[in-house]
Amino acid sequence: MTGWGVGMGKRIVQITVNGDTTEFLCEPRQTLLEVLRNTLELTGTKEGCSNGNCGACTVLMNGLPVVSCLVLAVEAAGAEVRTIEGVARGSHLDEVQSAFLEGAALQCGICTPGFIMQAEALLARNPQPTEEEIRFYLAGNLCRCTGYDKIVRAVQRAAQLRQAAQQNGRS
Amino acid sequence: MHNFEYQAVATLDEAVQLLEQHRGKARLLAGGTDLIDQMRIGRHTPEFVIDVKKIAELNRLDLATDGLYVGAAVPCYRITGHTELSRQYAALSDSCCIIGGIQIQSRATLGGNLCNSGPAADSIPAMIALGGSCLIRGPAGSRELPIESFCTAPSKNVLQAGELVVEIRFPPRAPRSGSHYRRMIPRNEMDIAVVGVGASVELDESLSHFVSVRVGLGAVAPTPLLAGAVADALAGQPVNGSSFARAAEIARQSIAPITDMRGTREYRIHATGVMVQRVLEMAVARARGEDANYRVGH
Repeated sequence: MTGWGVGMGKRIVQITVNGDTTEFLCEPRQTLLEVLRNTLELTGTKEGCSNGNCGACTVLMNGLPVVSCLVLAVEAAGAEVRTIEGVARGSHLDEVQSAFLEGAALQCGICTPGFIMQAEALLARNPQPTEEEIRFYLAGNLCRCTGYDKIVRAVQRAAQLRQAAQQNGRS
Repeated sequence: MHNFEYQAVATLDEAVQLLEQHRGKARLLAGGTDLIDQMRIGRHTPEFVIDVKKIAELNRLDLATDGLYVGAAVPCYRITGHTELSRQYAALSDSCCIIGGIQIQSRATLGGNLCNSGPAADSIPAMIALGGSCLIRGPAGSRELPIESFCTAPSKNVLQAGELVVEIRFPPRAPRSGSHYRRMIPRNEMDIAVVGVGASVELDESLSHFVSVRVGLGAVAPTPLLAGAVADALAGQPVNGSSFARAAEIARQSIAPITDMRGTREYRIHATGVMVQRVLEMAVARARGEDANYRVGH
């Protein structure tokens, strides 16, 4: 079993990131955020507060949104992790990314990967959320630039785009 | 963060054995949403971190005829996502859906909220109101005690060396009962309670009198409290405005709040009364099966 073993020092952890199974070496004290950014060089996930308040480092772990600053990398052994790098399909942005871009739902952009991952989690669970549901679900993500309105509208737009895409897919 | 050793254990015996072996130098990890931050800021510097969330007993979530059993490592999302549990034990679900944000609820556990023993922990007044007790396992065996007896001071509790909380148990819900948890915060979400109130009521067959009432209060004393005097005063009383007002007055007299950045002592005393009334009204509405659609944060 990976992620096991006693003895101080590094250990080997196997995880699946964006569909690819990978192994890394880490110390127990390293967070998933540190390993994603510094070891796996997936720097799309951003470090904000590093204490679980801002949501900038949100990734999906086994389908659930988590703040990767509050996950030890060793805890992720065997997990399926999805990061912002795994959202686009090749060179095609997905509906959430397109809606953020077209709706100018970002300014400095540091919070954006976290918002997009959280919006992906929301739409997977609730494909047609109300504005109130969007605001509640995204409450763990902070943005100091936009004032949130454009972000909420982008998530509403992404829900429409996704529904339209699914209807086209069925017809 | 400081260096430590980490081990994920699969059984309760292993957890107890490791806790014993590293007495005073180990800490348990479940959801990590408190511990990892506490280690980062240096509040806790354990040499050994024991990950207990793979232990089967700590992941139990059973809604049975003889009550509700929630393993200590069950994350909030499993509680809020359980429709029948959320209907019967609404106060518990109400509290779990406002602990941190959604990302925190993916990981944060009921046992962790209890064992961190914060005075403002949202789930504890709800657990007290619902008559919860916790099963503790240690080197000398198991013991069970009521939730209201668990916390002893801010961040302190009754756990002895080598002990851990295995599960939280709740008695079955009586017919014509309802419950609710709500907190006073200046915004709708992602905040720490200025006052938190959990209540559970059982009504008589006419739905006009209280059979029994339990009220748990948070953020208004060094530990979450059972407002026993409210229960005594309301049992057998009619469900009306003067009973709610009496409950509010008694609750105000039961607390010992401090002044801090979130509110003054006077404000907390006033808000406790207001919140007790509102929470009791919602618990009564639920007990009556009325359309009591609670909008979180409002």
